[in-house]
Amino acid sequence: MKRMNTRSNFDNNLKHLKEMLLKMAGISEQAIKDAMLALLNQDLELANRVINGDNAIDDLEQEIHEKALMLIATESPVARDLRRINVALKVSSEVERMGDMAVNIAKSVVHIGEEKYIKEIVDIPQMMEAALEMVTDSITAFYTEDITIAQKCAEKDDAVDNMFGNLVHELMTYIPQNPNSMNQIIQLSFICRFIERIADHSTNIAENVIYQETGKRLNLNK
Amino acid sequence: MLTAIKERTNVELPFQTTSVFQPETILAVKNLEIFYGEKRAVNGISLDIEKNTVTALIGPSGCGKSTFLRSINRMNDLIPGAKAIGEIIYEDLNILSEDINVVALRKEIGMVFQKPNPFPKSIYENITHGLKFAGIKKKSKLDEIVEESLRKAALWDEVKDRLHKSALSLSGGQQQRLCIARTIAMKPTVILLDEPSSALDPISNAKVEDLIVDLKKEYSIIIVTHNMQQASRISDKTAFFLSGDLIEYDSTETIFTNPSVKKTEEYISGRFG
Repeated sequence: MKRMNTRSNFDNNLKHLKEMLLKMAGISEQAIKDAMLALLNQDLELANRVINGDNAIDDLEQEIHEKALMLIATESPVARDLRRINVALKVSSEVERMGDMAVNIAKSVVHIGEEKYIKEIVDIPQMMEAALEMVTDSITAFYTEDITIAQKCAEKDDAVDNMFGNLVHELMTYIPQNPNSMNQIIQLSFICRFIERIADHSTNIAENVIYQETGKRLNLNK
Repeated sequence: MLTAIKERTNVELPFQTTSVFQPETILAVKNLEIFYGEKRAVNGISLDIEKNTVTALIGPSGCGKSTFLRSINRMNDLIPGAKAIGEIIYEDLNILSEDINVVALRKEIGMVFQKPNPFPKSIYENITHGLKFAGIKKKSKLDEIVEESLRKAALWDEVKDRLHKSALSLSGGQQQRLCIARTIAMKPTVILLDEPSSALDPISNAKVEDLIVDLKKEYSIIIVTHNMQQASRISDKTAFFLSGDLIEYDSTETIFTNPSVKKTEEYISGRFG
């Protein structure tokens, strides 16, 4: 016999909070992908759409914060329930920052404009793919409350950090031969930095999932 | 130099020292079992109650927490068929021994009940009744204890001008604080509170809670409460009872943020009970 749940209304609200976050993460993830497409195709129209689309992410973050505070005020959550709400607040901020990174990438694309790339853009999308994998992992870990996925996600951060170091180093080597493309080289370096930050935000989400499930705070972002 | 330090450490101190890391135990409960006739209500629990702390006992109805509380000042003796086995050590004595002077015990371990129960007498007499019974007759002494007790119970300012009016004219919250003052007047070391504010409005409840936190400086307090927020707000240690067993006993912070037992978490987050 299924045991009667005495707080089904609260449980439904917690589930709804999680779904709101999932929706927000979906929009942020799409914005990151669009920003990358805009970079690859030098699609300024798409870049501008990413920049203007950030309001939707910000609005969702506000909604999540209000719902979380309402649940704290009305349901007096304790232990894991309290951690769930605390983590929802934190994760929403991390996801919002990911959205901001997508906007930053899009702005760099606009800054480069239609100037011909000094080399074919191959490595940056690869780095982005690794970072996006971390985004998916961290959000899956959050939604399924699975610390194994969270740990795996955090383990991937070192690879992204290495790619970042190598890419920036390589970009710097182009400066002497391309003194007129300084702006482009700087913007591409910025983009690498923004992607590296996206991976860091994913690691932060993974840390929060581990905290939610175990009550222990770990620093995986080393 | 080393010899000097060694000599200094050998000096006997003129006062007793207590370690910062080892809280002093006021009551040591060992393998306590309580029966109502054939039915066992408490299944052999052991725990140490710390001095000058608020210990909250939580758990669903019928879990044994009130039975346990009442055994600490032998109130269960008044229930026909109730029997306690095991030990509750207080000042090197087993409270449960037959040769314990129960009247003297209840002076040291006072109790306040769920429903305020002042005597149908004046506010002043409510406090002096027990004192007179204990042999204090001098008016100036009685006056002094009445004021001291009412001040400690945070009631003095509200009643000082009507000490000889009926206690029943007070509000529910004031009546409960009067009952606490009445207990304090006997100069106990431990105060047992059985859901002391469940019948009070939120403001009176807040006053009683503030009072409890204040009183722990001088007394050790054990409180049974069904209000999880109250337990988390005012207690230092929390014991979770279920079906006569002590499931978890830890710092209140741990119990309410990261309990080790799943049942505890389910109970405090309102998933059952």
